[in-house]
Amino acid sequence: MKRVEREAMEAMKETVDQSLREMRETFASGRTRSVKWRKAQLGAIIEMVKDNEEKMSDVLFQDLGKHSTEAFRDELGFVMRSATTALNCLDKWVVPKKSNLPLLFYPATGKVISEPYGTVLVLSSWNFPISIKVIEGGPDVATILLQHQWDKIFFTGSPKIGKIIMAAAAEHLTPVTLELGGKCPTIIDHHSVSKDMKSVVKRISGGKWGSCSGQACISVDYVLVEQSFASTLIDMLKPVIRSFFGENPKESGCLARIVTKKHFQRLSRLLNDPRVKASIVYGGSMDEEKLYVEPTILLDPPLDSEIMNEEIFGPILPIITLRDIQESIGFIKSKPKPLAIYAFTKDENLKTRILSETSSGSVTFNDLMIQYMCDALPFGGVGQSGIGRYHGKYSFECFSHEKAIMEGSLAMDLEARYPPWNNFKLNFIRLAFREAYFKLVLLMLGLTKGVR
Amino acid sequence: MVKVFQAADATDLVTELRRSFDDGVTRGYEWRVTQLKKLLLICDNHEPEIVSALHDDLGKPELESSVYEVALLRNSINLAVKQLKDWMAPDKAKTSLTTFPASAEIVYEPLGVVLVISAWNYPFLLSIDPVIGAISAGNAVVLKPSELAPASSSLLAKLLEQYLDSSAVRVVEGAVTETTLLLEQKWDKIFYTGSSRIGRIIMMAAAKHLTPVVLELGGKSPVVIDSDTNLKITAKRIIAGKWGCNNGQACISPDYILTTKEFSPKVIDALKQELEAFYGKNPMESKDMSRIVNSNHFDRLSKMLEEKEVSDKIVYGGQKNRDKLKIAPTILVDVPLDSQIMSEEIFGPLLPVITLNNLEECFDVIRSRPKPLAAYLFTQNQKLKERFALTVSAGGIVVNDIAVHLAVPTLPFGGVGESGMGSYHGKFSFDAFSHKKAVLYKSFIGDAAIRYPPYSTGKLRLLKALVNSNILEIFRVILGLS
Repeated sequence: MKRVEREAMEAMKETVDQSLREMRETFASGRTRSVKWRKAQLGAIIEMVKDNEEKMSDVLFQDLGKHSTEAFRDELGFVMRSATTALNCLDKWVVPKKSNLPLLFYPATGKVISEPYGTVLVLSSWNFPISIKVIEGGPDVATILLQHQWDKIFFTGSPKIGKIIMAAAAEHLTPVTLELGGKCPTIIDHHSVSKDMKSVVKRISGGKWGSCSGQACISVDYVLVEQSFASTLIDMLKPVIRSFFGENPKESGCLARIVTKKHFQRLSRLLNDPRVKASIVYGGSMDEEKLYVEPTILLDPPLDSEIMNEEIFGPILPIITLRDIQESIGFIKSKPKPLAIYAFTKDENLKTRILSETSSGSVTFNDLMIQYMCDALPFGGVGQSGIGRYHGKYSFECFSHEKAIMEGSLAMDLEARYPPWNNFKLNFIRLAFREAYFKLVLLMLGLTKGVR
Repeated sequence: MVKVFQAADATDLVTELRRSFDDGVTRGYEWRVTQLKKLLLICDNHEPEIVSALHDDLGKPELESSVYEVALLRNSINLAVKQLKDWMAPDKAKTSLTTFPASAEIVYEPLGVVLVISAWNYPFLLSIDPVIGAISAGNAVVLKPSELAPASSSLLAKLLEQYLDSSAVRVVEGAVTETTLLLEQKWDKIFYTGSSRIGRIIMMAAAKHLTPVVLELGGKSPVVIDSDTNLKITAKRIIAGKWGCNNGQACISPDYILTTKEFSPKVIDALKQELEAFYGKNPMESKDMSRIVNSNHFDRLSKMLEEKEVSDKIVYGGQKNRDKLKIAPTILVDVPLDSQIMSEEIFGPLLPVITLNNLEECFDVIRSRPKPLAAYLFTQNQKLKERFALTVSAGGIVVNDIAVHLAVPTLPFGGVGESGMGSYHGKFSFDAFSHKKAVLYKSFIGDAAIRYPPYSTGKLRLLKALVNSNILEIFRVILGLS
């Protein structure tokens, strides 16, 4: 490493040490615990987004070519709504939860309180970047941050980095929430949704190309459909894409850019596989200078190609055909568990099979991505798509330690609890544990020898 | 001759269990309830053997085995059998205006093939209790009992094979080698009970496969004693919770006491008095206490007692017998805070009493140490109780008693920080081994054009109104009035 770089790293280490020290002191002072402080911060977030909406929109357009409507819908509006929900619900969330104790423990009481973990690290991702960042920087900064001890780490990103984060967290026994990705399949059961096919096609197109150009963890990654319907589907997708982005999507201003050259080159590599190139039925053009990839449709790229084995995270949509839509279940099961499964179907049997035979972070029937907006649903993955969840009350829980509190009474005491042990005490406790209170009374009255 | 467990065996084992899981063996309600009831039969039919194995391994008195292992397990199984239908039912979730019209629910699904690694101090309880959770949640499970309790380990292997469905529930006996081989496999969840040191190794291995973990670890659980407490009952409960629970070798054992300089003589007298009442004048001969598990731990505890500036602080007990692996109940006063006995979890029959000028200081002492699995307070002072419960960070807090929260199925049992992550008991066990899958059902009514490109200011305004759930604004935009 060059001296300049080394000095920069040292400086960054200093900054992180200092920041962490300050944050720990702040937490220890108890200031962050009061509901008043929390509400003030949440209110400040709302104000910050409201006052800077235009600026933030501009920045998102600069970084990602995101249209302001998309920016609002997926980021700014979403953050404001989340913060508002938290603000409105906080009083309810902080209330301890009473636990009912078995009669045996009378008159003890029990409850669970949500206690803040302390100092937490949130590693945000680039595709939906508007969130609270304490320290800016790239992977080298993240490495420095990870060497410290945090009370919780929340990471959004790829499974590869997720493993590194979790291994780093293991050194300090830090609990983690990892919001990762995966290949989110979309099943189209064209038999049962034929009447609404126009909506289906529109929703899929919006879900793929209308949100950060397919660069979202819950984007449609690929479509599964019966062979007999494939060409109709493609014929329906084409005009919809044109209606969204016009004849020249590059100039439409409504299609987000690819975030970096590195990602552009990755997508380019996926598409340049000759067998994949041969499967292009729409689009395929790319412009490295403008970091632009045209909305592209593939028909049956080889299943062992790279594009069918890693998360695409871009505006390329493979359509995989099956003889029978029921085969989609086996197909999905053969791949790592995704963050979301989407299924357009009205067939109750198929719905049941999907729910009980596949595993994913979430399942949405007849729409895409909106599970993200439903605050009452936990948002998170399983297996390769992640650990833990958040949104709404789950966010509050994600950053809390659920601490059990039990209070006994010094007034009543049972001799049977204490040594020296004898048969009477043994039988007493056995009966008490079984909540066989009547027999217990008999035992105490000497009317029974107890039970085995 | 016992076949040596090798890498191929680990792979084959997981492959077989995964096939059973994929075939749906473990998912139905009937299978789960049947397995749980078989566990109940084990408790009913084999209690004497269990008591005997625990006596061989730990010198555990019959009452402790019967109550803290078998009876607790029986309760846990009965609760699961009773509540399973409820637990398995999806939870309805509310939807909002932005996602209208839709309905939502949370579906509980098993994670798949899970690994439970258990500890030596409560070998039956800590093996079967997590397995109850795994089975209730519909998983296939491999149990690795602790090799430091060999009689219990082999009895567990024998009984589980005899009673449970071996296509989905298996026991692997062994030590470091076998555990390492198991950890190289990809599991859908790992549940570990043991030390923080090994907990790190487990989590690091789990990270390779992004496997979620529950780590039930330990720590130094402090007991704060206020001078307004009922000292006789306090002393009895501390003794029963410490020496009466595997002779201090328990994760939530009262580790050390914090009290004022003024009150400490009374505390120590009360402890001495009740100790004699419980265990007689010759506690080394008492059959009512477990022994130290093995010579490694005996030597570890001996070293703690022999440390300079610690050995002269013994005010009660201190006798040792290496052949019988016994150490008498021992109380020490004001050992140095940086001594070994005050730096690591004691896990034995030694009880340091640290005196403070002011009880207030207890908060700093506790906060300056890693977060423990439990923290205890004996007092009648309501304000102190509230402050303690709110500001002391520990897995769980018990006021005016010791360890009882472990037996309450409606309280989550688990640690925080160094004492662990995740929790279980009751429904929390079911949750620990489940994936809560979010399911959203949408219809095709109402496909708003505002969702799709091309974007316009009109669409943006409507979206804003929707996000703010501002009905009036929504109407105004639609009617072109805004």
